[in-house]
Amino acid sequence: MKHTTQLPDRRPLRDRTGAATAAAPSPARTTARRRPSSQQWAAWGFLAPVTLYLALFYAYPLYRNIDLSLRNYTVRSFVQGDAPFTGLRNYLTVFDDPTFAPALLHTVVFTVVSLVFQYAIGLALAVFFTQHFRLSATLRALFLVPWLLPLIVSASTWSWMLNSDSGIVNAALHAVGIGPVNWLTSPDWSLTSVILANIWIGVPFNLVVLHSGLQSIPAGLYEAAALDGANAWQRFWRITFPLLRPVSAITLLLGLVYTLKVFDIIWIMTKGGPADSSTTFATWSYQLGFGNLLPAFGPGAAVGNLLVVAALVFGLVYMRVQRKQGLS
Amino acid sequence: MNRSAGRRLTVAALTVIAVTAGATACSSGEGGGSSKAADSGTYTIWDPYPQFDKGSAWAKLLDDCGTKAGVKVKRTAFDTSDLTNKALLAAQQDNSADVLIVDNPVVSTLAEAGVLTTTEDNKLDTSAVDPNLLAAGQAGGKTYGTPIGANTLALYYNKAVLKKAGVDIASVKDWKTLTAALEKVDKAGEKGITFSAIGTEEGSFQFLPWLWGSGAQLTELDSTEAVSALSLWNDWLKKGYAPNSVINNTQTTSWQEFASGDYAFAENGTWQLANAEKAGFDYGVIPIPGAEGGNAAAPTGGEFVTIPVQGATDRYTTSQKLVSCLASGQNLLDTDTTLSYVAPTGEVQDKQVAADAKLKPWVDAVKAAKGRTSDDLGTKYPKISEQLWKAVQSALSGSKSPKDALTAAQSAVK
Repeated sequence: MKHTTQLPDRRPLRDRTGAATAAAPSPARTTARRRPSSQQWAAWGFLAPVTLYLALFYAYPLYRNIDLSLRNYTVRSFVQGDAPFTGLRNYLTVFDDPTFAPALLHTVVFTVVSLVFQYAIGLALAVFFTQHFRLSATLRALFLVPWLLPLIVSASTWSWMLNSDSGIVNAALHAVGIGPVNWLTSPDWSLTSVILANIWIGVPFNLVVLHSGLQSIPAGLYEAAALDGANAWQRFWRITFPLLRPVSAITLLLGLVYTLKVFDIIWIMTKGGPADSSTTFATWSYQLGFGNLLPAFGPGAAVGNLLVVAALVFGLVYMRVQRKQGLS
Repeated sequence: MNRSAGRRLTVAALTVIAVTAGATACSSGEGGGSSKAADSGTYTIWDPYPQFDKGSAWAKLLDDCGTKAGVKVKRTAFDTSDLTNKALLAAQQDNSADVLIVDNPVVSTLAEAGVLTTTEDNKLDTSAVDPNLLAAGQAGGKTYGTPIGANTLALYYNKAVLKKAGVDIASVKDWKTLTAALEKVDKAGEKGITFSAIGTEEGSFQFLPWLWGSGAQLTELDSTEAVSALSLWNDWLKKGYAPNSVINNTQTTSWQEFASGDYAFAENGTWQLANAEKAGFDYGVIPIPGAEGGNAAAPTGGEFVTIPVQGATDRYTTSQKLVSCLASGQNLLDTDTTLSYVAPTGEVQDKQVAADAKLKPWVDAVKAAKGRTSDDLGTKYPKISEQLWKAVQSALSGSKSPKDALTAAQSAVK
């Protein structure tokens, strides 16, 4: 509580002292000894590699992406480097595109449904594995397999399994007397199929993080609750769930960022199709920038930036929530 | 004590910076000067054949051509889908390869970007090349390279399946007779035809013979002829003559379906010939029929050898020697045999057929074939193609009727 209330007035203070140490004392002290200035040089020297690294590999690409999205790039102007500045035209093009509304809807549905199921299944499995039984470690290790496999392998395997004519899923459905479903080739099912695959891939991550979160809940609490007559259900909702909240929050936030940008699974399984029925912002951005013989860098970058902004917004929401939790 | 510690820190930090800066300078220098001044006796060649390693006949051919031209050749192989963007980026950094081998529909895009030299600039001789193949590399009356070889699409058929269904392949002459054959195959309990209708360039590539075979043009996607072509595919799917999986099939997965031996027909390319031999059943090849008979024009595949624009224009002479060495005479025959391509010149085509009679239907198909970017479509083609594969996907997946899908496609192109 103290920490957060102090934050707002502490910042300018730090800035002031920072500026003061940088500017004021140096001329005063140089006459006496050179040491502080050389130390400062050393400090800057040590800072330089990291700053350089951040600037080269984070700031510049981000700047370049924003720049791309604000100019009218054709292949010619891309090579000549004389693309005219067009302001927000690319963004308007993207908003006006008939693909925009479905892509937005698919991105939201894909992310929310994936997160809910990944988290629920991950938590259920994590709670299950806290009861140490024989083979529990082995089983837990097995559950990690989806996470360890390269995405191209798992996505290709899913697309084989879900193949309309020769897939094992339709064969199994046939065995129990259900007609074939066009998992990947029907506009009604393609989004469901990629969500299914994505949930399967995301469960292990949730399982691992939540499982380690569970380890940090003191066993004494459960014993006390059991003595008070709380049943398993009550123990879960009154102890496990509330105490797991910080871990849950970070799991969900990381999951959200991962899921928003999921590209490989969708691209390998359906290419965002058929007829845009499983297109999300991530696949759409790629489609615009690289999926065509004639790349549309501007609109592609614009869609990419929208994704970055979405992830940023949720990151800020998370920090806000964290701060509130800290206050209460 | 304190003081020396401070100094040591400074020295350490400066060393770190120096090393980092040195390293970055080195690496950027390496990337920046690969084709230029740094070593004027080394010529870079970029190709889309990562399947050929250093010991392959292709790599040796490149080295030999370099030796003949009196220079060293440095070859880099890229994945086809990567190469367009790599070439654009390199041109942006003024760091293009001396010789660039790219997929033919990309040529007009690169030419539009001002990346490629014309044959007027680089003095390449393209007179021996078949005009229908060369057209894919022409825009605005200029030629931007020469084809190294061509491939195209045709119908493979499984003799055993057709025999079982009682179909005589000679009866398949137009769309009606083809559909009748598929019906017979279906009634006999076998599978009909497989192709690739995936939502990428491959899907458009496979649909084009039917589009052109109907008499439709790429400039008018909503014509009745075009609708009839898409309806043909759509009906096959609805009646079960073609599997639903074609919507997601690449040409490779479609081939795998045919190679299982269950399918009567498959639309696929010259490059599968070697695999067809290995498939373990008797197969035949016929050109894709037009709606009312005759052979439909199929799109040409295969790469062009081009010479990108350089800062140092005196390099063109040697580059031209390299390209001529690669794309003419005995070398051309060797290359096209290695790549399983049909040669772009009549002279070499005759030699190929003489050596292997099985290539005859393919040479005929290539002669009737048409470049995707021909008819001066150039960079309009990629936009049309994207709408075309979307329309095919919409229709086959049942989200729109063929007519609505193509109408939407045509209005999106405009």
